[in-house]
Amino acid sequence: MDEPIPLHRREFLKTTTGLLTGLVVAGSPLALIAPGRAWAVDMTTLTSSEAATLMAVARTLMPHDKLEDAAYALVIQAIDGEASRDENLRRMIKAGVAGLGAGFAKSAESDRVAALKKIESSEFFQTMRLKTAQILYATPMAYAHFGYEGEAYSKGGYLLRGFNNLRWLPEVPLEDSGPMPAEE
Amino acid sequence: MARIEFSDGNSVVIIGSGAGGGTLAHELTRRGIKVVLLEAGKRQSRRTFSQIPGEAFLQLTWLDTRTQSGNWGVARDFPTLPVWHCKTVGGTTVHWTASAPRLQPWELRAKTTYGQLGDTSLIDWPISYRELEKYYEAAESRLGVTRRNGIPGLPASNNFKVMYAGAKKLGYKQVHTGHMAINPQPNDGRDSCIQQGFCVQGCKTGAKWSTLYTDIPRAEETGNLDLRVECTATRIEHGADGRINAVIYRDGEGKEQRQKARLVCVAGNAVETARLLLLSDSARFPQGLANSSGQVGRNYCHQITGFVWGIFDKPVYSWRGATLAGVVEDEAINNPRRGFVGGYRIELVTLDLPTLPLVGLPYGWGRDFASIMENYRNMAGLFINGEDMPRSDNRITLNSEVKDAFGLPVANVHVDEHANDQAMRKHAQGQMSRMYEAIGARRVVTGPTPPATHNLCTARMSADPRDGVSNAWGQAHDVKNLFISDGSALSTPGAANPTLTIVALTLRQAEYISQQMAAGNI
Repeated sequence: MDEPIPLHRREFLKTTTGLLTGLVVAGSPLALIAPGRAWAVDMTTLTSSEAATLMAVARTLMPHDKLEDAAYALVIQAIDGEASRDENLRRMIKAGVAGLGAGFAKSAESDRVAALKKIESSEFFQTMRLKTAQILYATPMAYAHFGYEGEAYSKGGYLLRGFNNLRWLPEVPLEDSGPMPAEE
Repeated sequence: MARIEFSDGNSVVIIGSGAGGGTLAHELTRRGIKVVLLEAGKRQSRRTFSQIPGEAFLQLTWLDTRTQSGNWGVARDFPTLPVWHCKTVGGTTVHWTASAPRLQPWELRAKTTYGQLGDTSLIDWPISYRELEKYYEAAESRLGVTRRNGIPGLPASNNFKVMYAGAKKLGYKQVHTGHMAINPQPNDGRDSCIQQGFCVQGCKTGAKWSTLYTDIPRAEETGNLDLRVECTATRIEHGADGRINAVIYRDGEGKEQRQKARLVCVAGNAVETARLLLLSDSARFPQGLANSSGQVGRNYCHQITGFVWGIFDKPVYSWRGATLAGVVEDEAINNPRRGFVGGYRIELVTLDLPTLPLVGLPYGWGRDFASIMENYRNMAGLFINGEDMPRSDNRITLNSEVKDAFGLPVANVHVDEHANDQAMRKHAQGQMSRMYEAIGARRVVTGPTPPATHNLCTARMSADPRDGVSNAWGQAHDVKNLFISDGSALSTPGAANPTLTIVALTLRQAEYISQQMAAGNI
């Protein structure tokens, strides 16, 4: 098998303590870079099992079944990176993972939800909720999954690319809208 | 660009380069007046604006620490970010969404109009609408506002089509693509809008008006402007006669500098403007500069805001197109039978994918939260922009327990909502929900009140010096050569997005300052 592609290049080499891996989903933004290959995200401060528990937390918090694991792995990698630079965060995350127990990642969704509800007011939960929301929806995999097209300046905007292509409602009369910019 | 000596006591110092400060700098320099313009942020350009939402936020936003208190939702939902404005050359005109309506005549008579309402610190403006009208006209012409001066409206986006259909079902009459400071056609050296949807990240075509690429370069061309970036004012000083004579600031290297001044105009956005005056206390002004009334920082208003999202069976692609180009104006009236005084606008809104879950949606997680996000393609968005009630104790104060990078106390923002604010928000959310339900929304989601973007009234103009900080020209009641040149000067907030009013007041103030300087009065 080919060498798995790293999802993010690190600024400098660090000792890898853990790893998250998965397969590139056909047709995803990752597949454009490395069709048919595996991906890997290395962890600096979290173990593989801690990273797997956090992946399960992220998937329970913002569950999008058809959004590939690689997107969630980027969330965990960002948390790992911050934890490696911030001792308090590192301790808090590791304690939070330990508190959820070894079986968390493999348990049924309803059990995971129940376990998280019990710790909803904790700093660990709130950090995980915020980080997941901040990072997950900013990944290229999420852009593709939700159909979000992102910046359009480089493509001339949406003016000629569907900003007004909705046809399931009546058109707006000209006096309440306005003309398209004149052709050059 | 001019180089003005630190010792030049004949210069005008303007603090802040946004809608107020940037416009004022141009208006004074073109009349031959030497201006030092201090801007705390860096200078970006259409070329350097980031197109990654999270990065753009960090590039443009004022992120220095603030604290907050009070019962408003922002304290619960956004504890570290009570207000959201810019720290960059061009100020908040870089990230604004360019909605440019006027205040209405009765909104300038707020105390007279809403007088029966208790527990407010309402006043009437010291200026009538009639006096302001020609400056509104000049401001609209300057900004190239749509549906004014023969400029057409912006074309309707998908998101607006949804808004329009819902509004018409409810019988609303004044529904259109807004009075926007966004070019539908090339104008004033700026391109036309290509509907890229990244208004908040800095407009890369310049179709959206900002002082960054209009007034500031034009002021530079006069040869009379000395723009100093990454310079943070920390204190305004006065002489034994009580007149302002210098501004102390930290430059980009953190070094303290002292610029002599003939007069000073403060335009740092309502939180920092109030903070700077409070930081500038002295034996003569023990409560803070220009604060013999005790009104500096009080009466803080931020307008009633909030999101309502409609989820439909078919795609909307709301992110395609100018962010805020749509309005329903029928509710911008004073009709106490609705259960509250003052009016509100219903405005179009959308958020990019990364920002929606952070700012636009109510707190949540799990399947329900995810199911809202799953419908991102099929979501349409609306925003409330309404008048909030001034209260004496809703105020900016110095928090001596938390210090900034220079060891100075940060601002605390305190807001306890008035019952009128809550009644207005509830009414607005109800109407907006009905708009979407009337055209078959599968679900309506009511979002939180986001960090305040319209920060106002903390050094307000008042006829009676006991009621405010500045007179009808934004000139401090206590100090003749100190001016308030931003949204802090608004006497009451009204229901109009404030930038156009700030520019109109600034044009009027610039006339007054240059006349007074020529007459030797200041």
